[in-house]
Amino acid sequence: MQKTIKLITVSLLVFILGIFYLSLNRSSNYDTKFLVGNKLTDIELKSLQSKEFFTNDDFKNNKYTLINFWASWCAPCRVEHPYLMMLSKNKDIKILGINFKDKKINALKFLEELGNPYDYLAKDNNGKQSVNFGIYGIPESILIDNKFNILKKIIGPLNEKDIKEIKEIIKS
Amino acid sequence: MKIKLLCLVIFFNFSVYATSNEILNESQIHKNLRCLVCQGQSIADSNSDFAQTLKMVVKDLIKQGKTEDEIYNFLSEKYGDWILYKPKFNYENFLLWSFPYLVLVFGGFIIVFLIKRRQKKT
Repeated sequence: MQKTIKLITVSLLVFILGIFYLSLNRSSNYDTKFLVGNKLTDIELKSLQSKEFFTNDDFKNNKYTLINFWASWCAPCRVEHPYLMMLSKNKDIKILGINFKDKKINALKFLEELGNPYDYLAKDNNGKQSVNFGIYGIPESILIDNKFNILKKIIGPLNEKDIKEIKEIIKS
Repeated sequence: MKIKLLCLVIFFNFSVYATSNEILNESQIHKNLRCLVCQGQSIADSNSDFAQTLKMVVKDLIKQGKTEDEIYNFLSEKYGDWILYKPKFNYENFLLWSFPYLVLVFGGFIIVFLIKRRQKKT
C-alpha cells in the first residue's frame, strides 16, 4: 500500500513539474494568429469618404482582400505604407483600409502625402468595429479569400517578408 | 389612493432592481475580461484605449440582450480564451478544472490510510 502511495506521489510530482516545464517554455507573447482558418462574418463598415456602408457583399467578388487597420497618428503605419503601395499594384488582391480612431482630415492628408493603396476606405471612429476583427492594436492586417476565410493575420507593420508570403498565397 | 401608491412603489422598486442588476452584470463582465495590452489588469481596472473600446462593445452587447455567456463566447471567438480570466470548462481545460478535485480525493485517501495505520499500531 505504501508503495502505491509513493508511486502516486512521485507520478503527481513528475506531472506537476512537467506542466511547469511546458508552461514556462511556452511563448508568453499573446497574438490572435489562431484566428487563421476562421470566417469573417457581419462586416459592416462606414465609408471614410461617403455615407455608404461596406458589407460582405462588397468583397465577395474579390479573389483576395487584405484588410488593413491604420491611422494617421500611428507611426508604424507610416513604416508599412510603402509595402501596401507595392501590394496595391497586384491585380489579384484588393485592399480595404480601415481608418482607426482618427480624424478624417488627418487621414486624407496622410494618404495625400504617402499615396493611397486602398481600393476601399472605411472608418472605425470609436474602435468598436475592430473587435469584430479581433484587433487589439494597430497596424494589423488580415488576408481573406472570397469566402471570407482568414488566410493570414499580421500583427504590427507589414514588412518585406509578409508581402512575399501574401504574394505566395495569392499565386497558389 | 393606497393602491396607486403601492403600485408606484412596486414599479419604482422593480426599475431600481433592473438598473442595479444591469450595472452589476456590466462590472462583473468587465472584471472577467483581460486587458490584452496591459500587464495583468482586467478591463475594469484599465483605462487603456483597448479596455475603453471593449467596455463600449460589452455595453452594446448587453443592450442587444446578449447574456453574460454569449458575450464571453463572442469575445473569446475573437481574442481566444486568454481574454477570459475564468477559463471555460472544455476538453482543453478539463485538467485545470478537475485537478484540484483529484488532489482533494487523493489527499483524503492518504489521510484515511494514515489514520487506519495509526489505529492498527495502537
